[in-house]
Amino acid sequence: MNIHEYQAKQIFAKYGVPTPRGIVANTPAQAVAAAHELGGKIWVVKAQIHAGGRGLGGGVKLAKSVTEVEQLAGEILHMQLVTHQTGPEGKEVHKVYIEEGADIQDELYLGVVLDRAKEMPVIMASTEGGMDIETVAHNTPEKIIKVAVDPAVGFQGFHGRELVFGLGITDPAEQKKFISFASKLYKLYMENDAELIEINPLIKTGSGDFLALDGKMGFDDSALGRHPDIEDMRDISEEDPDEREASKYGLSYVALDGEIGCMVNGAGLAMGTMDTINYMGGTPANFLDVGGKANAETVAKGFEIILKNPNVKAIFVNIFGGIVRCDRIANGILEATKLVDVHVPVIVRLDGTNAAEAAEILKNANIANVIAATDLADGAAKAVAAAKQS
Amino acid sequence: MSILVNKDTKVIVQGFTGSEGTFHAEQCIAYGTNIVGGVTPNKGGQEHLGKPVFNTVKEAVATTGATVSMVFVPPAFVADAVMEAADAGIELAVIITEGAPVRDMQAAKAYATKHGMKTIGPNCPGIITAEECKIGIMPGMIFKKGNVGLISKSGTLTYEGANQVVREGFGITTAVGIGGDPIIGLSYKQLLPLFEADPETEAIVMIGEIGGDLEIQAAAYIKEHITKPVVAFIAGQTAPAGKRMGHAGAIISGSAGTAAEKMAALEAAGVKVVVSPAEIGKAIKEVLSK
Repeated sequence: MNIHEYQAKQIFAKYGVPTPRGIVANTPAQAVAAAHELGGKIWVVKAQIHAGGRGLGGGVKLAKSVTEVEQLAGEILHMQLVTHQTGPEGKEVHKVYIEEGADIQDELYLGVVLDRAKEMPVIMASTEGGMDIETVAHNTPEKIIKVAVDPAVGFQGFHGRELVFGLGITDPAEQKKFISFASKLYKLYMENDAELIEINPLIKTGSGDFLALDGKMGFDDSALGRHPDIEDMRDISEEDPDEREASKYGLSYVALDGEIGCMVNGAGLAMGTMDTINYMGGTPANFLDVGGKANAETVAKGFEIILKNPNVKAIFVNIFGGIVRCDRIANGILEATKLVDVHVPVIVRLDGTNAAEAAEILKNANIANVIAATDLADGAAKAVAAAKQS
Repeated sequence: MSILVNKDTKVIVQGFTGSEGTFHAEQCIAYGTNIVGGVTPNKGGQEHLGKPVFNTVKEAVATTGATVSMVFVPPAFVADAVMEAADAGIELAVIITEGAPVRDMQAAKAYATKHGMKTIGPNCPGIITAEECKIGIMPGMIFKKGNVGLISKSGTLTYEGANQVVREGFGITTAVGIGGDPIIGLSYKQLLPLFEADPETEAIVMIGEIGGDLEIQAAAYIKEHITKPVVAFIAGQTAPAGKRMGHAGAIISGSAGTAAEKMAALEAAGVKVVVSPAEIGKAIKEVLSK
């Protein structure tokens, strides 16, 4: 789960990670009130969406008067903000964050992420703040300092020294401030079961203070149960409604832009099914894992979600029944076709436990647009052919 | 022969009396697995599925001589259970549970490693030595005995791959589902040498997916150390970047962890890489009839 910048900064503040002061606003009037409360002469109006590249897309603007804050908030609120991470359709902005202007002397990058190979969190820092870190990693990997921290011992002095010397911070007072910043960030990463923290840019002010000018946080979904305060930060409007609906039924769904709907048990086989459709000259319309407990209700829900997509010309149901018996799934499919109007051909491949009985059930039901397949290759080929015909 | 487990392996079940633990332990016993007991705190002294229940893993190990534990406890208790097993001298913990927090697994795996305990999973179908020992949730009847070893991040692709191998007239020595979480126990790199050393295994099927770099590490290892033919499939060639595909670890981060880079690395290591899982059986037939 991801959260907004203003929410990440609330967590930062709780741990003493310094940020500029700011207030979130839902309307231009609230933005004006926020600017008055913050005081000063310069404010930044920042669109709050779950995507990077907001500045380049026109979602972050500088205001030099309260009137300008109002005007900019009016422009940014409810705009469809397009960035390199939103896709061409963009995302509607529902909230803006009004932040006091900062005196930027230097822009750095600081992040914490799990290093899967080392099996430890790694703190990443760079002098190339404000740039896309992927690009920096690709073009100038030597400009990224990586310090892995073993959670068994936590953040040590040497971790801090590697960071500040790596970044070329030489003033002892500044070193102390930066090390304190990084150690707090590591602490909040661990204590909140974060999956990723990124501060880009982290700025050094004219007075030698370090501030998180931006903040991005993602969390381990499996650990949200023990963090109700973070679960409360969930912004449903940022989530795909179909993915959300699917998850309520234990289905894992991701929309794609092809023509063949897929319903599969198991994430690996679901991806493998998409790949096979592609290999046979078709295009998958979605990833859908019905999980280990496929039944008539979940299958019906799966059909419903797949068929919401107007591009779908055929559906390939690919189930390898292990503990789940195929005859039960066959009956589930028949029931589902009664619950949902399935108006495209459905190619069904059921293999594994009781596959022969399942084939018999489907054959006897004799539903016009349900086509049986013998194996994965056969099913994918039939689905591709059916999509091409319609 | 086989790797890691066989008909003599003594297995206990942690989370023995829960509904999942009960159902699958029963299936494992029916398959022939030598389940010698289980652990459920405060149910020690009882009998379940005809086997003794213990309060602690230490007691279970002392009484039964078990060396392997199959873990079915709920996600929030997985780390505790794994560390208890390691502390009690268990040699291998097979963690079936899905949804354990990453931070917990990080700590549990580090602790297990320190105590010399191997782990498989979490979020995996388990391990099976065909017609001898099933420790997990896979449908046993698919796995006929034979000469092909199998390592997979995905449960249903394990079944798909094994089924195709069997339909081509071959069979399985041992199949290991290693799981698709960001932090997992035994991986390709640790399992490949075991299959290389197993005299009955003549070829290896390796099934991977997008996310992380375990398959890249495997490719480097294969190039240097594996003489037996390897057939590989990487799921997620058509997966979009930045989207989590079902498994917690199946995500392309930026430009890293794509199927294309993994396939290229494996091909460069001399592995026969198939573009569809439907080709696994045929590819095994091809490499074994050379």
